[in-house]
Order: sequence, then C-alpha cells, then structure tokens
Amino acid sequence: MNDMALDRAGVTVAPAPGRLARVERPPRPSALSNALVFGWRAVLKFRHVPEQLFDLVMTPIMFTLLFTFVFGGALAGSPREYLQFFLPGILVQTVIFNSVYSGVGLCTDLQKGLFDRFRSLPIWSLAPFAGLMVGDILRHAIAGGIILGIGLLLGYRPEAGVPGVVAGFLLLFVVGFGVGWVFMTIGLLVSTPMTVMTFGFTFIFPLVFASNISVNPETMPGWLEAFVNVNPVSHITTALRGLFGGTVTAGQVGLALLAPAALTLLLAPVVLALYRRK
Amino acid sequence: MADGQHLAIRARGMVKRFGDLTAVAGIDLDVPAGMIFAILGPNGAGKTTLLRMLATLLRPDAGEAALIGRDLRADPDGVREVISMTGQFASLDEDLTGRENLVLLARLWGFRGAAARGRAVALLSAFDLAEAGGRQVKAYSGGMRRRLDIAASLIVTPGILFLDEPTTGLDPTARAGVWSLIKGLAQSGVTILLTTQYLEEADQLAGRIAVIDHGRKIAEGTSRELKAQTGSGMLHVSPLGDHDRAALVLERVVGVPAHRSAEGGDLSVPVADAARATAAISALVAEGIEVGDFRMGQPSLDEVFFALTGGPGREDRP
Repeated sequence: MNDMALDRAGVTVAPAPGRLARVERPPRPSALSNALVFGWRAVLKFRHVPEQLFDLVMTPIMFTLLFTFVFGGALAGSPREYLQFFLPGILVQTVIFNSVYSGVGLCTDLQKGLFDRFRSLPIWSLAPFAGLMVGDILRHAIAGGIILGIGLLLGYRPEAGVPGVVAGFLLLFVVGFGVGWVFMTIGLLVSTPMTVMTFGFTFIFPLVFASNISVNPETMPGWLEAFVNVNPVSHITTALRGLFGGTVTAGQVGLALLAPAALTLLLAPVVLALYRRK
Repeated sequence: MADGQHLAIRARGMVKRFGDLTAVAGIDLDVPAGMIFAILGPNGAGKTTLLRMLATLLRPDAGEAALIGRDLRADPDGVREVISMTGQFASLDEDLTGRENLVLLARLWGFRGAAARGRAVALLSAFDLAEAGGRQVKAYSGGMRRRLDIAASLIVTPGILFLDEPTTGLDPTARAGVWSLIKGLAQSGVTILLTTQYLEEADQLAGRIAVIDHGRKIAEGTSRELKAQTGSGMLHVSPLGDHDRAALVLERVVGVPAHRSAEGGDLSVPVADAARATAAISALVAEGIEVGDFRMGQPSLDEVFFALTGGPGREDRP
C-alpha cells in the first residue's frame, strides 16, 4: 500500500530485537523517594567533581587567614581574640556565597535540557528542587565543617560546645535555604550560568561586606552603621555568634530567621511558577 | 488511517504563540500506532515547539490532543506515563557516568536498588555502551551521547517516543547507527514521532511525513505520496555545457521552470511520460547542448520541498 507497509512487512524477517524487550513500569514511587533520588544525584556530583569543594572553601579559608593574622591584631588586640569574633561571620559569608551555586546549577541543568527530561517523567514535579536543596545542605555542611575545623586548629573555641555548634549549623542551613530562592529565581530568569554568578555577587557583595561579619559597626560612619544594624546578614551573624558562644537570645534567633522566612514566602511561589511556565 | 482507534497521537488545532510570534499556527496530526512519523521542516518551522507541546513541556495556547487515549490538557501526568522525550540537546548529566544517568532515571521511574542497576546494565549493553558505562558522559563522543540519550528514554518501554532531531550534528556513521536503532525500536512496537530537517532522514525512516513551514502543515503523506504531488515523474538532466540555456530549453518544452539541484549540476523538470522526456532530450540535442547524463525517476524530497514551500529545503529561516 505504501512505504510503511513494506517496512512493517519486514518486521518478521528482521532479527528479532530481543534486547528491546518491552519493560513495564514498576509501581509509582512516592514523592519522597523521587526527592531522595535527586539528593543522591547531588552526592554523586560531589564524588565526581570534588574540585567544586575547592571553589567553595578556598575563598573563606583565605579570608579567615588574612583577617585573623594580618588584620586581627589591629582590629581586636590579638589574632586569637579576632578569630573568636570573626569565625561565625565567615561561616555566614560562606553559606550565602555558596547559595549562588544552586542558581548556577539550576541554570546549567536548564540549559542542557536535563530538566526537559525530568519534566516529561511522571514524577512529583518539585522533586528536582528538593534535590537542589539536598545538594545545598550538603555543600553548606561540608564547607562549614572544613572552615570550622580550620578555625578550631587556629584556636577558635565555641563556648557553647557541641550543642551550640549543631544549633548554629541548623541556622546556617535555614539561611542557605532562604537565600537559595533568590538565586534559583535568577537561575530561571537568565540564560547563562555565568550571568547568574555575576548577578548573584552584585547582589550579595554590599549585603555581606556592609555587615558586622568582619568588624564591629561602631567605628563606621553613622549612615553606614544604621544600614549595618538593619542588614539581615548582621542579624544572622549576631545570632550565630550567640549560638556558638552560648549567649544567644530568642529575639536574636527570631531576627535572624526573619529574612530567610520572608525570602521563602516571597520567592518560593515565584520560582515554582517560573519553573512550571518554562 | 484516521479511524481514531489505532491512533497513538490525535492532535487538533495545536497553537503556540511566543509574544508576537506564532510558532505553531493550528496543526492537526494523526499518528497511527506503531509507526515512525516524521515532522519535516526547516529551522524555525515550529517542529520542536509542536513536539514540546505534545510531550507536556509546553502548554498549548489552543487545540487539543490525545496520546494513547490520554488527554493532554486534562491528564498531563497520564500522558507522561506513556511517553518518552529525547530532546534536541543531550538531556544527560555530564558529570555523572553513563550508568549513573540510567540508574538515576530508573529510580525515578520506581525501580529499586538492584532492579534499577539491572535496568541500567541491560540498556547499556543493548546500546553498545557497556564498556563506556563507567565513564563520565562528558567524555563521550556525539554518537555515544545520542545513544545514551535514547537509552535514557527507554527505561520503561514508552508507548510513544519523541525524538527531536535525533541525528543533528552526528557524523554519517553515527547517523546510520541511530537510524538502525530507531528502526529497531519501531519494530518492537513503539510509536515514534521524530522531527528532522534532513529530507533523506524522513525518506529513510518514516512511514508518514508531515511537512511543516511557518507553523503550518503544508503537506502530509507517505514519502511516495509527497513525491507524487510534484508530478508523476521527473526528468533529471546533467548538461555538460551552458546550464542557463539548457534550463530555458527544458522550460520551453515542459512549460514549467527547471529545478536546479543543490550542487547546481543537475536540472530537473516534471514530465508526464517517456514521450515527453524524449521530446525534452531531443530539444536539448537539437540546440547543440551536450547531455552528460539523464534519467527518469521520482522527485527527491528536496524537490518536493521546493515545490511545496517555494524555497530550497535546507535554507535556514529564522
């Protein structure tokens, strides 16, 4: 009848493609199982690209050494005293900087068409995001752990001990989670991972450096001190110092959680809408 | 063909606009189950947009479609259960190994532990990637990547497999490999909807071809039917001397302008029968134009495309 009939007639004579035997789908997995698979992907990426760890921790390590030994004596009397002040701050800085990578990762996946495949699968539609989050937490935990380790070697002592450190890291994860939405939004809006990086750091730099991370704001000009005192990064840093030092108040933690909560409430719907529209 | 019961895809009035641009301007499609169906068109014709709508990746602005009886609008998740999409760009994680990519997808489909690993190993060996399975995808050649990409679409045998330009950017050997793979899949009962800008690819693979240009379907049929639309037969002539004069002579005899092949060496005119063809050759000889070679045959899809769109088939149009 037509060319197709000829092709179809060939079916019986062609070598039976047993290797392409039909495979039926297993029972549908749960949303949690889907999310865990994406988490596993984040772990695999760490194993295959350990260099990314270098990107994550080199800058904060250099900052720690530079500020502690070069500026520390002048800023706080002795390097040791300064480290005690600075270490929680550099952890906050690290987590915020590293959040940029979730936007970069998202943008890279979108560019490669990888998300097209994920989105054409019958899975929980938000599972890929859960995976990004797992990757982020892993990244924050590893980078934070390395920096804290170096701090301990240099003589940093968290007065609140292990419980304080654990509580502090939990706060850091929440902060990373909240800030991550900003970069996922950017990652969905711009088309190249490089642009996400540039946008990200432009937004982050003033917030991180005009804060109480590296110095006490009392010596700053009044207008800057006013900004530093309302900067959410300062609130987060203050709360983390309190948690590590055992002097934290509920008010400090409340203020620190304000920005991550607001960002999540505001941007999570935006990110999901942008993702579904893509 | 269009009796509804054996249709894998039935789409009506599909429309997609991006701002002012109407990428797909009302396309109907009936794809019989078990067939390789090709959407043929130049760059920017709307092929990918149409495919992405059917694969639930883009929401249509108008129109409706059923895929294996599941409604695209009302039940996109049901559609996702019976389709698989291999996009134009490799949809793989380059940092992971080939095996890990497949295990990842197998787990997403719901295979657990050993079953997921088994599925990955089976697919790797079926696609001749067993040895490369432990290497990161970024180290793969274009052909290997494409094979893995298609393997990744077959974790669960789909009812419909979408392939967006499956051989773009591949060398001839890799292309032939992907072609035989696609044929093998169709033989195992998978309906395949592929887009291509290669006329030869559609001709080689597809049972039916829809020709798309500027977001509209301008023709559809078997390759033979499409060729028949440009006339019952074609006379191909390779003049040794003055091509322009030869084209004029041919036009005078048959009454329509001669089509020049892409390389410029051949002239083709539609002729009704052998008598007409003989007359055309005689006229050339009478004019003193030497003819190096001539033959009668069906028009190539290139010529069909020329006749249908009024432009060369491979020209890139934004």
